[in-house]
Amino acid sequence: MTDLTNLTLAEARDRLAKKDISSAELTEAFIRAIEAANANLNAYVLTTPDVARAQAKASDERRAKGTVGALEGLPLGIKDLFCTKGVRTTACSRILDDFKPTYESTVTANLWSAGAVMLGKLNNDEFAMGSSNETSAFGPVTSPWRRRGSNAQLVPGGSSGGSSAAVAANLCLAATATDTGGSIRQPAALTGTVGIKPTYGRCSRWGIVAFASSLDQAGPIARTVRDAAIMLKAMASHDPKDSTSVDAPVPDYEAAIGRSVKGLRVGVPKEYRVDGMAKEIEDLWAEGIRWLKAAGATIHEISLPHTKYALPAYYIVAPAEASSNLARYDGVRYGLRVPGKDLVDTYEQTRAQGFGKETRRRVMIGTYVLSAGYYDAYYLKAQKVRTLIKRDFDEAWNSVDVVLTPTTPSPAFAFGEKSGDPIAMYLEDIFTVTVNMAGLPGLSVPAGLSSQGTPLGLQLIGKPFDEETLFRTAQVIEDAAGRFAPPERWWA
Amino acid sequence: MHVDEATVRRIARLARIKIADSEVAGLEKELSGILTWVEQLNEVDVAGVEPMTRVVDVTLKQRKDEVTDGQIADDVVRNAPLTEDHFFVVPKVVE
Repeated sequence: MTDLTNLTLAEARDRLAKKDISSAELTEAFIRAIEAANANLNAYVLTTPDVARAQAKASDERRAKGTVGALEGLPLGIKDLFCTKGVRTTACSRILDDFKPTYESTVTANLWSAGAVMLGKLNNDEFAMGSSNETSAFGPVTSPWRRRGSNAQLVPGGSSGGSSAAVAANLCLAATATDTGGSIRQPAALTGTVGIKPTYGRCSRWGIVAFASSLDQAGPIARTVRDAAIMLKAMASHDPKDSTSVDAPVPDYEAAIGRSVKGLRVGVPKEYRVDGMAKEIEDLWAEGIRWLKAAGATIHEISLPHTKYALPAYYIVAPAEASSNLARYDGVRYGLRVPGKDLVDTYEQTRAQGFGKETRRRVMIGTYVLSAGYYDAYYLKAQKVRTLIKRDFDEAWNSVDVVLTPTTPSPAFAFGEKSGDPIAMYLEDIFTVTVNMAGLPGLSVPAGLSSQGTPLGLQLIGKPFDEETLFRTAQVIEDAAGRFAPPERWWA
Repeated sequence: MHVDEATVRRIARLARIKIADSEVAGLEKELSGILTWVEQLNEVDVAGVEPMTRVVDVTLKQRKDEVTDGQIADDVVRNAPLTEDHFFVVPKVVE
């Protein structure tokens, strides 16, 4: 029998529909794969085999009766930022301790009502703050990928590093993830998987642990473009509980796949040719341009003049919002409490011990830029720059339909290589963060391998709520580039 | 922007994060590094530019002013480290 964990989500869906396999069998295959692999990869911070088996059984019963949801019986991994009722949710921070939500996030509730099965909670950088998954209170995730001829442990990207590693190592069919500055697309690029951050407002943020509310969006990481399309359709919805969620019908994204890109106008922003960009990244980008041209698209150089200011503006806006959002962790209402000599001391000790180093750093930066006398110079200024970044894109949409860029400035790096220097780590998001600042949809699709044999991704940026164009264009790239899986299953 | 030791301690206090004396020098360097790096925004002319308040141009919806939940005190205190009769318990704050 073939290994069921090798199936794509779409293939598994079709095999289930034909009653070739049951959800119970499929789920069991993933539970065994996780048991064998997780000690090596640390992708899951909590496995929920009992929940999974019960959901799979219920799914098989529903199928027998002819009631079938869009994700009926399909086992998924859930980033530990999504609140799951009665199941420990920590954002991979010590400060949430043994927090068991008494409610379910809207996105995961949508998945369960579509019939999906939960395998467990996936590792991430603490509060989604990081680009390597090294800031997690549960320790780092190891990428299933290795450099050719080397055993050095590589990062799976971040913050959704558990999601990207689990998808790449076949420890779930697909995973939920979140993206505030690149946390879906960068890990997808570094692991040879597909990740999409939809337009701000497409998915409800209700029940997702908040990092920076004006930038946070949920989206999927999956093994193929089609799988990502199926997942996003199920995750997205209008939700009265999130006033920023958009009341517009969710298109059938899968139907966009296979549509031609003939005549599609693809923009290539000159400002993304940054100094010191690796030659292999430049070559990959050129290859992507050739593939789209060959499929009938037209290529246009465009200018997004404020690109270089997106990252510094982000590192004002995101920490400012984080410092406000994380004020709720006070050792009183939930999570960790470290008793102090009085109430203030209790707050201070709880937050000192509960937050990791990067979270403390960002809360302090955010506190500073919002403090009396500095608000205008930092936060207000950054929000004005943000208007200019969005205006650059608004302008570009007059002449192009989609924008093509590399996803990351370099391939996956090893543990510790960048964790000593915050700004070097922040630069990981240089190509992705503009998209969050402008609220646009962005998708990363695997496009090739580095000289060291590790994956590289291309990013497609679309107009607001035009995820369909991203899916159809990404499919053209996937068809040309092929799919990428780690060459050796060393972890199981 | 260089932040000095006193500023680091003031920010930590405002953020309600206790910092050890041994951490201050490191934080001074890191926070100064980041705040200096973001200064490149001073190159941008933002005269007459409105600050962004929302990325997607939609009007905030209003819902009916009615009670939609409540009576869930057990749920509210379920994850609290210390409670008594549906109250959160904290160290004494008034003498």
